[in-house]
Amino acid sequence: MDFDLSEEQRLLKESIDGLLTDSYDFDARKKYQKEKGGWSKAVWGKLAEQGLLGLPFAEADGGFGAGAVETMIVMEALGKALVLEPYLATVVIGGGFLRHGGSAEQKAAHIPGIIDGSKTFAFAQLEKNSRYDLGDVATSAKKKGAGWVIDGEKFVVLNGENADTLIVTARTKGAQRDRSGIGVFIVPANAKGVTRKGYPTQDGLHAADITLTGVEVDGSAAIGDPENGLPLVERVVDEARTAMCAEAVGAMDESLKSTVEYLKTRKQFGVPIGSFQTLQHRAADMFVALEQARSMSMFATMAADFDSAKERATAVAAAKVQIGKSGKFIGQQSIQLHGGIGMTQEAKIGHYFKRLTMIENTFGDTDYHLRRVTDAGGLV
Amino acid sequence: MDLAFSKEEIAFREEVRAFFRDNVPPETRRKMVEGRHLSKDEMVAWWRILNKKGWGVSHWPKEYGGTGWTSVQHYIFNEELQMHPAPAPLAFGVSMVGPVIYTFGNEKQKKQYLPRIANVDDWWCQGFSEPGSGSDLASLKTKAERKGDKYIINGQKTWTTLAQHADMIFCLCRTDTNAKKQMGISFIVFDMKSKGVTVRPIETIDGGHEVNEVFFDDVEVPVENLIGEENKGWDYAKFLLGNERTGIARVGVSKERLRRIKDLASKVEANGKPVLEDQGFREKLAACEIELKALELTQLRVVADEGKHGKGKPNPASSVLKIKGSEIQQTTTELLMEVIGPFAAPYDVHGDDGSNETMDWTAQIAPSYFNNRKVSIYGGSNEIQRNIITKAVLGL
Repeated sequence: MDFDLSEEQRLLKESIDGLLTDSYDFDARKKYQKEKGGWSKAVWGKLAEQGLLGLPFAEADGGFGAGAVETMIVMEALGKALVLEPYLATVVIGGGFLRHGGSAEQKAAHIPGIIDGSKTFAFAQLEKNSRYDLGDVATSAKKKGAGWVIDGEKFVVLNGENADTLIVTARTKGAQRDRSGIGVFIVPANAKGVTRKGYPTQDGLHAADITLTGVEVDGSAAIGDPENGLPLVERVVDEARTAMCAEAVGAMDESLKSTVEYLKTRKQFGVPIGSFQTLQHRAADMFVALEQARSMSMFATMAADFDSAKERATAVAAAKVQIGKSGKFIGQQSIQLHGGIGMTQEAKIGHYFKRLTMIENTFGDTDYHLRRVTDAGGLV
Repeated sequence: MDLAFSKEEIAFREEVRAFFRDNVPPETRRKMVEGRHLSKDEMVAWWRILNKKGWGVSHWPKEYGGTGWTSVQHYIFNEELQMHPAPAPLAFGVSMVGPVIYTFGNEKQKKQYLPRIANVDDWWCQGFSEPGSGSDLASLKTKAERKGDKYIINGQKTWTTLAQHADMIFCLCRTDTNAKKQMGISFIVFDMKSKGVTVRPIETIDGGHEVNEVFFDDVEVPVENLIGEENKGWDYAKFLLGNERTGIARVGVSKERLRRIKDLASKVEANGKPVLEDQGFREKLAACEIELKALELTQLRVVADEGKHGKGKPNPASSVLKIKGSEIQQTTTELLMEVIGPFAAPYDVHGDDGSNETMDWTAQIAPSYFNNRKVSIYGGSNEIQRNIITKAVLGL
């Protein structure tokens, strides 16, 4: 049993923390947000230069063969700095599909572009009525010759506005909510029949609603078994949830730090407001919520090595519940303790709150995951 | 980073588990499972079995009878003990006064007291809280006046747990009334049979007798019963309270109680099916299990940290253990109440020591719920814990 980082992991943490300290303060973030697409190509290039975009890929594919702990380190740092660049969508999710399901040809065609920073990905999964059910897919993929024709609508596709490549879930067989009959397809974002309506999201990222009308892809576009892709989707989405847990821990950590700093400096009635016990105890409760969330983020991360797929999934669901609860508490209390200034766009604290809120509602909210843990028979 | 225990640790867990299985008297275990009180004889008998095995004072230094276990082994031992369940070693002797004596006491005191603590030849109780000194412990008023080779002790202690069984007490007494409040306190130990010591029971809301008031009326105590230096008692008290950081989460206790909740909920029916099949109830249970898993991980982080970096610098996460641990213990007793519902009402009029049982164990559910309100109050109330986080961690 060991919760310490290895020497290499410590160096990784120092390197990403250092990079973001230098290039990602709040003013820089505002600047990046105004760039085309809503994030900085220069920062993305630096992440690539430091090898961070290649971390989880096998050495044979040009990556570093890093594991879940390394992703946790990176995501926590990205969460602290409220990074806008599409690491989750591209490296964790896009990369995840290629790593876990991609053929040798698919890996060779797509991984180098991720690692060198030239290509980004987006995961077109959510539909009008699917909510958090990954197996609820109405978008269809019909066989045409050796290839497929995809029709359907996808919503709130993270990085969907800017991505070069889409990973699309589509039904090849069966009814809308059948667990089998779901395929996962690589679709170039500029393919004929793809229309994207992009927009900024509440937390300052960018997404798109995507319509696929008679989009033709060839047979090599399917990742894995086109009639049984759901296990792959579940695996990759669990990794995305785990990564978001770490991102949320980073955001919570900074929220608490910034709130404590504010309590020390803001004066009312002639004294720092941090001298008031009612506010002190609120901050102490935020600390408790943070540490519990950190523990569960580590739990989900280490669960990646569990043998049983069911235990892995339950661990991730449990972590998402804790992160959802802690994130909501810390986010809301951060605003409350900042008072009026916490209500302004100008202050950074509200942006953490918004990101934490969006994380809770991505890939299953607290209630959804509580039900998953319940249905799995609990944790004890 | 790695969650798994090593092969050696797993073998150790099996050894501990097997020992508990083969050696905890079944009647003692049954009473623990059912949330009943144990008699003094039952507790002492079990602790002597533990001591004979060499595990009675496991965390003490080897020279005084400790085991030399790693912090992970201590964690495993406590967890298995709590889950079996079996009574934990008497904290007042083993975790509190023992470490103070071997750290600050003289050779004569070590020889005189330590082996008797280990074998529970003396039952110790703690004389800290007073009627006017709860969370503000340093305001205590019990006085020890030096007269020749004796201290004359006058005053009152309260909430003295199991003082009715005690042979010895360790007491914080004011030896300098002019000094600033923390500075004039001494750590004095003495015989509960001394002339002038009176123990009066306090009946708690569950109808139990765990705590007492203890009165001192011109109690004469030899000066050699002072531990360490005069007027340094506050330092020893802080040392004592900071000693047991990780056990306080009581993860094993809550795990054991969750098992009991599931067992009972599978037998009690509501709406024509077991309570355990009710979706709302199941979600509450799962929510509690998630909180407990998070706490267990937090505790493991603290344990692993101590194992690697020593106990010197407390891990900030350790402050979380008392708050969350007590909240979860209370939640589990609430869930048991919810399962038993209207049948929580019958009250079993039994002896203080759990003797003369007249009812099924479910009559213990409400008393246990009432009694567990104490866990967020004792050992530094949860509000005091928040003060500690505020100052030591957040720097406010």
